[in-house]
Amino acid sequence: MHDTKVKADNEVERHTLTVLVDNEAGVLARVVGLFSGRGYNIESLTVAEVDPMARTSRITIVTSGTMHVIEQIEAQLKRLVPTHKVTNWTDTRDGAKAGIEREMALVKVAGTGEKRVEALRMADAFRARPVDTTQSSFVFEITGSPAKIDSFVDLMRPLGLVDVSRTGVAAISRGPEAM
Amino acid sequence: MDKDDTLTRGEAKSAAETMTGAQMVIRALRDQGVTHIFGYPGGAVLPIYDALFKVEGITHVLVRHEQGAVHAAEGYARSTGKPGVVLVTSGPGATNAVTGLTDALMDSIPLVVLTGQVPTHLIGTDAFQECDTVGITRPCTKNNWLVKDVNELARVLHEAFEIATTGRPGPVVVDIPKDVQFQSGAYHGPHAIHHRTWRPKTDPDRELVAKAVEMMAAAKRPLIYSGGGIINAGPEASRLLRELVDLTGFPITSTLMGLGAFPASRPEWMGLVGMHGTWESNHAMHDCDLMINLGARFDDRVTGKVSAFSPGSKKIHLDIDPSQINKIVRVDLGIVGDAAKALREMIRVWKAGRYQVQAESLKAWWKQIDTWRAKKSLSYRNSETIIKPQYAIDRLYELTKHRDDVFVTTEVGQHQMWAAQRFHFQQPNHWMTSGGLGTMGYGLPAAVGVQMAHPKALVIDIAGEASVQMTMQEMSTAMQYDLPIKIFILNNEYMGMVRQWQEILHGKRYSHSYSEALPDFVKMADAFGCVGLRADKPAELDDKIKEMISVNRPVLFDVRVDPAENCYPMIPSGGAHNEMLLSPDDGGAISDAGKMLV
Repeated sequence: MHDTKVKADNEVERHTLTVLVDNEAGVLARVVGLFSGRGYNIESLTVAEVDPMARTSRITIVTSGTMHVIEQIEAQLKRLVPTHKVTNWTDTRDGAKAGIEREMALVKVAGTGEKRVEALRMADAFRARPVDTTQSSFVFEITGSPAKIDSFVDLMRPLGLVDVSRTGVAAISRGPEAM
Repeated sequence: MDKDDTLTRGEAKSAAETMTGAQMVIRALRDQGVTHIFGYPGGAVLPIYDALFKVEGITHVLVRHEQGAVHAAEGYARSTGKPGVVLVTSGPGATNAVTGLTDALMDSIPLVVLTGQVPTHLIGTDAFQECDTVGITRPCTKNNWLVKDVNELARVLHEAFEIATTGRPGPVVVDIPKDVQFQSGAYHGPHAIHHRTWRPKTDPDRELVAKAVEMMAAAKRPLIYSGGGIINAGPEASRLLRELVDLTGFPITSTLMGLGAFPASRPEWMGLVGMHGTWESNHAMHDCDLMINLGARFDDRVTGKVSAFSPGSKKIHLDIDPSQINKIVRVDLGIVGDAAKALREMIRVWKAGRYQVQAESLKAWWKQIDTWRAKKSLSYRNSETIIKPQYAIDRLYELTKHRDDVFVTTEVGQHQMWAAQRFHFQQPNHWMTSGGLGTMGYGLPAAVGVQMAHPKALVIDIAGEASVQMTMQEMSTAMQYDLPIKIFILNNEYMGMVRQWQEILHGKRYSHSYSEALPDFVKMADAFGCVGLRADKPAELDDKIKEMISVNRPVLFDVRVDPAENCYPMIPSGGAHNEMLLSPDDGGAISDAGKMLV
């Protein structure tokens, strides 16, 4: 017998979605309001105008939910009047190519002596570059996958981590095509 | 992006005329073919009201509360197929409209609501009658706009109509600051305007429709479950639905919002489905092997317990809104498109392919449905001493069914369900009710809107005494515009549905559901200047109903009904379709004695 019920699959997955929208007043509030109003999660959110001529903005959202919830999020985002396109970079079921996901972070570490030397050595290994240096602190700029930034931040913690600022994920497709 | 049909900036400019923002509003409404506005003036819309002064061709209906304006516009829209237009002021004008906006969003009613706003330089200063209208109405509109530049106003107004009426219809808000109403700018007409992103898909995929037809031809126990989408797709969709049933002979049921799309007088009609649906509709839905959902959304009032919902069926779902497909119930075939277009294609494929139904199986299925019908689930024990609410609606129906110009609106509660069960509709757009939001107070102002659109028709609000008090002030509007609406109040002194749930689910603890001080509705009618009627006994009902119909003035009819009557059948919340209650002493079939059968 065919299973008519909404999939009982309760496994929560993390997905990265990109929404291309008209850059107009209130559009971000509309997208964010959809998430809060329908009880969806936002783990990170990145937004900026990407085409001033076409007046479009690109919103990249990392969210989590069961596959049914993720499908609903995509459908509800597509339904918004100012939405041009929605792409899911995590869902490759229909043969879609996974996207490239990158995040940038500024990581401040304070300390002296051995810990300071170790922090610099670690940063070098992660290709993080110091963008501000004092005798007792560094600010590192690091770019990479969210997982890479997680590990770097974890490694900095015992070495005098003071502050972290992360941009959230930006995503784009591989190959010659647009989103 | 498709921009072919949009004028270039240069072309648009050359076609433009200069006028003030307020004049643009009136001009845009005219250009959109608007003939009626429901509104209430205030400080932030005075320039628009000034432009409206003595304008010909547009009738402004002055309501008594902004909620009434929105419900009236909903009634107007639902009964005509045209968008309803509302004009209200800033602050409280806008916040009072919120209930109506949410109602229209839930029930997919096209509305264009214009709100005044404080002048742009005062926005954000907590100015008098300022509120964040676009912020407040964002989740209860399909789209909304704050227009800060008068040269953008014409574009936004025309886009507002386009968005409200295309794809899945819904309400939109255009918030216009007072200084923008005074400023002069370039106006251009609707032909030059096309939203740059909004392109709803209305043409169904033909191969999906073909697949649906194959599934229908193979079905042994099919069922058509139609919804408000058929009504919204226009009268042609209703006509095509009838043709589809002519071709297939499939049994059909409908949601609350879809009543009238298929004539209740035809043998294929099984009555309402869902929580207060008929025994046959719900059992057929539970046991069918193919469910053909045409423009409905698997609402929780219909599905009951989702995990037990129609467990053995394959499901086809046609909807114009892609987000509805697989939202609640996972379906086997989802078709996105306009209902009329999809039905036309379905019929074409069925005829071209010379498809046949599974005649033997269908016959057996009908036999099964007839045994469910024999249960006569809408029957009730009538009384000679006290008016049963079911009896009141039956008499109202019997005494009006010879007319084809009867429009019924309702409030929300028991009376609404009884009306849906027992007032049999033959045509679309003649039934106006608050389905999704369940807004008490909807029916009276909705009747005002319907009567405005159909001045000669018989417009009846089947009401409860609790609901009707929420927007009672609109009787004054009906008086002002000579709208002979009939407010048929089933007065049981309780919030009846609340009382029913308290009886069944809360140990008969009737916590605050009894109105100990009710107004005298006949005296109230007198105060409004309309006609007041009262009936206490079943024997006097017919004459009073006839009087209500014959008097060409607004009527408040206080029908004193049995305060203890409950609405059956009922699927208790969380129940499945085959777990219905038929009566308070539910123990199987109701005996024939002392009952009146429908």
